[in-house]
Amino acid sequence: MDNQAAQPLRACQVLQGNEACVEGALLAGCRFFAGYPITPASEVAEAMSQRMPEAGGIFLQMEDEIASINSIIGAAWGGKKAMTATSGPGYSLMQEGIGYAAATQTPCVIVNVMRGGPSTGQPTLASQQDVYQAKYGSHGDYEPIVLIPSSAQEAADMTIRAFNLAERYLVPVSLLLDEIVGHTRERVTLPTRPELINRTKPPAGIDYRPFEPIPALGGVCYRADFGEGRALLVDGQLHDHMGNRVGHKPAESAAHVRRICDKITQNAALISDYSLHFADDAEIMLLAYGSTARSALRAVLEGREAGMKMGLIRLKTLFPFPDALVKELGDRAKAVFVPEMNIGKIVNEVRRVVNSDVFSIPKLGGEMPTPAEILKSVREVRP
Amino acid sequence: MNPLAEKYFRKSALPTIFCPGCGDGTVLHAMLRVIEKTGLENYAFVSGIGCSGWIPVYINTDVIHALHGRAIPVATGLALSMPDKKIVVFTGDGDCCGIGGNHLIHAARRNIDMTVVMINNYIYGMTGGQVSPSPPAGSKTKTSPYGNPERPFDAAALVQAAGAAFVARETAVAPLRLEKSLSAAIRHQGFSFMEVITQCPTQAGRNIFGDGKPQTIYHALKKAAVSQKDVPLESGQFRVGILHADLASPPYRPPLASARPI
Repeated sequence: MDNQAAQPLRACQVLQGNEACVEGALLAGCRFFAGYPITPASEVAEAMSQRMPEAGGIFLQMEDEIASINSIIGAAWGGKKAMTATSGPGYSLMQEGIGYAAATQTPCVIVNVMRGGPSTGQPTLASQQDVYQAKYGSHGDYEPIVLIPSSAQEAADMTIRAFNLAERYLVPVSLLLDEIVGHTRERVTLPTRPELINRTKPPAGIDYRPFEPIPALGGVCYRADFGEGRALLVDGQLHDHMGNRVGHKPAESAAHVRRICDKITQNAALISDYSLHFADDAEIMLLAYGSTARSALRAVLEGREAGMKMGLIRLKTLFPFPDALVKELGDRAKAVFVPEMNIGKIVNEVRRVVNSDVFSIPKLGGEMPTPAEILKSVREVRP
Repeated sequence: MNPLAEKYFRKSALPTIFCPGCGDGTVLHAMLRVIEKTGLENYAFVSGIGCSGWIPVYINTDVIHALHGRAIPVATGLALSMPDKKIVVFTGDGDCCGIGGNHLIHAARRNIDMTVVMINNYIYGMTGGQVSPSPPAGSKTKTSPYGNPERPFDAAALVQAAGAAFVARETAVAPLRLEKSLSAAIRHQGFSFMEVITQCPTQAGRNIFGDGKPQTIYHALKKAAVSQKDVPLESGQFRVGILHADLASPPYRPPLASARPI
């Protein structure tokens, strides 16, 4: 979090990414967790089962991932900040629920500790194969927010940010760890008093229409919870500002879809986050995310030592994708290389916006690309 | 308008989607009569997808109309977040025993305080009359044109086996009995389950009962419902009333731990 430097810090601890994610969630005010065991995400549920009762919250192990996502939706309307955690197969099972949360503007956080797929795939090894599932996994049109940490420290910080974004924009937010980030134990310093955002309650005295976009909130709605006497109607069918179904009415249905997409796309610059490393004069630009970005940064340092003008764009949010930034820095470079632990996915987003040459460095199999492998791929094209 | 409807309906959601002769309105009316005696402010409702899913939409309080089959897990999250409210779930035989069957048995086992009202009309009505998990073997529907080769679930026996402490069955053709059992189910602390067998003239009538007139199904259900506990059931008959009530069964309580700083 940006405000972290100004605050007193706790003593650092050694935590794995999955544990750091749990501590971040508790700091963010999460008081409801429901999940189902799955490698390599089970430590999230284990730590939650220990910590949630200590925090006065609810931990539930559900019968499956479908129940998990739906129970956090119920808890969110009951006024809780709620989260679930899973890996690829479970994330697939959750997709219908994620779409429901998007349609009904339900704030919640879904953690996916990515393993190799498809199907049962590689339960114990890492991948970044679910990046498009996070964007396009549910049916219909919606705009998800997807965060992607590179370290245990960022797993904690970004979990807090995930809750803040969920509450600010009333959306399901996906946090994509990969198995390496989830299981690597490293130093983490938790913030003492992180800045927290809570859903904006309707001011007293207004004619409250629960699903009406409010311009002063950037097109997001005021949000009452159940039990506040508002007679809320929450429906997955496309609906009007009061929640009444309009699925049979073309213009009003289109307006609903526009509302839930616009509140994200129109605020994309406020949501997307990244860090730049040696980017100012880079002729060879790497773009990377998650654990792969750590290898990419090392490759940049080694390349610089060898006289190559290399730089790195490290994405901290995958979606909304930072089109303008990637276009500006990518076009300024002679070539952009995208190492990722999949068959080549985010490289397509880069190609969509950048006019320079764009090269994919895909790595399958469950291991992250080494700095040497990344440099070798770069040198094959740009000796 | 009926005075209870005038008092409790979400009028912006009207007209209802129910066909003429549908039993869902009778269930809604029974719910309103229970609300009249117990106070609307004490309730929140969750429903699934299907005709039954629209029942609570017309009640002017907090309602989640959830995904197909997922009303019970949504209600689980809601119930634990709002322990002072009574959560009532309206679901159908397809929603509850078909796509949502796994959630049903685990909710019965878990024993979180909620009441699940399963409307059994023997058919997938909203999608046009396909076979559900509950019509008798041999029933002809849009997807069992040669007669249903499968056997039905007995949902009440199923949830009792899974640990439900309160189980009742009624029909929409005996509305006073329905109200009484519904009231008892809602009073029960912990998971309670109620099957309500209803007439669906549009789909079950045409397809299963061979007649689209509501009266035909009405009379068939009247004849099949047996309220006496000691009378043996004949073929096609079912028992109505409170089938199982274990009032000593402790409802779910979250585990306690001594507070530790976050």
